[in-house]
Amino acid sequence: MRRDSNFFILVGSIGLFVCVNIVLMVSKKLPFNSQGFGIILAAGLTLAIYSFLYQDNPAFKIAENLYVGVSLGYTIIITWFNFLKPDLYDPLIVPIFSRAATQSPQYGLIIPSLLGTFMLLRFSRKLSWLSRWTFAFVVGLGAGVSIPRVISAYILEQIKPSLHPVFSGGETVLSSINTLLIMLGVISVLIYFIFSVEHKGAIGKVSKIGIWFLMISFGASFGYTVMGRLSLLIGRIQFLLRDWLGILQ
Amino acid sequence: MNFLKRTIPLIIAFVMGVLMAMQYFVPHKLSQDLLEVVSRWDRIIAGFAVFIGAYSLFHLHWTRIKRRVAGWGYSVFVYFGAIITLIFGLLNGGKFFWNDKQEGTMFDWLYYYIQVPAGATIFSILAFFIASAAYRTFRARTNESTVLLIAAIIVMLGRVPIGNYISQYIPVIADWIMAVPNLAAKRGILLGMSLGAVATSIKIIFGIERSYLGGGD
Repeated sequence: MRRDSNFFILVGSIGLFVCVNIVLMVSKKLPFNSQGFGIILAAGLTLAIYSFLYQDNPAFKIAENLYVGVSLGYTIIITWFNFLKPDLYDPLIVPIFSRAATQSPQYGLIIPSLLGTFMLLRFSRKLSWLSRWTFAFVVGLGAGVSIPRVISAYILEQIKPSLHPVFSGGETVLSSINTLLIMLGVISVLIYFIFSVEHKGAIGKVSKIGIWFLMISFGASFGYTVMGRLSLLIGRIQFLLRDWLGILQ
Repeated sequence: MNFLKRTIPLIIAFVMGVLMAMQYFVPHKLSQDLLEVVSRWDRIIAGFAVFIGAYSLFHLHWTRIKRRVAGWGYSVFVYFGAIITLIFGLLNGGKFFWNDKQEGTMFDWLYYYIQVPAGATIFSILAFFIASAAYRTFRARTNESTVLLIAAIIVMLGRVPIGNYISQYIPVIADWIMAVPNLAAKRGILLGMSLGAVATSIKIIFGIERSYLGGGD
């Protein structure tokens, strides 16, 4: 009985959606072109995804899987146009096979091509060990690049403002108190994350202050995330009311 | 064979790690060129990595379709979406994929009218789930959770006009929370993470951390 009612709700919703779009097109609120059909498709997907708030249903699953597929295709195509074509195809493959090419082939690019191909051998049982060479290259490169840059950009540059002098001229009393609070927060949070020392006595008290700072930060991050999601929600509702139905101007 | 399978990768990681760490301290053009070249190589390898992800997803959904598992029909839409996007992306508005990307093609249409709205809607749905999860989780059971709850409420109210209607101090307090206690905690976390990242990087370079090699021989 419940299954039947859900089926009728789904069919009824689709029927209503089709009727609304016919009315919108006939009344010329939506243009009869690719833009108009795009808006209808986007509105349909938006409503199908929001239908999950009622309960899981086929319309939501279709929209979700279609989104995954399109995202996958988009990622592959953008990877080609933004990375593989300008960095590999144009400077290596084109000059080798085209007589009209003005530049000589950059044969050095054979190395990353080989390493990339080795990575694809992950799926071969006999040759999967070759993918380790690629991973070693990428991981070693990342580790080497990150060490000096992380020390410079994250450690030194973050310590500097934390140890900013107070009442050194120009600052108000409140800004100096804030500077002290930031220093207290940074030190107490760092002490909280030292797990090799038992959190007892003075260490325990300071780490307790660290927990309070962390809780305020988590609360603030949560509030910030919720508001970000709500602004997306407002954006989608604006799209439905303005771009699709034409109610908002 | 063990030399090729285990020693060579460790040597590659060591050489690349030391070379790139030293590169930062050498302000010579050769050093800058080296960084540019290996960054380009890294981008090319990352391009190949995308195909591993694509294969993995296609394989997963193909297995679902082949074995007729519950809900296998929905996997067809993954293939449908991906193939349509790939075809129009490769056609590139009639100029084909070996030319530069054209603007205003069917590929862009799919992006603007499927990927953007569906992505924004899926992420906006999280607003409802976060709210319901918060209702269940953020009960003021302890002093710490009360602090978290109050900070979240003030930041949320401080970002919308109603907060200013309730009290003109709410946006000011919200900004202060973001700029002082939030910054302090984030900075502490960042410092801890950075120290951890440096330590892990050193362990990778010197072959102490080898988990990236995977299991087996």
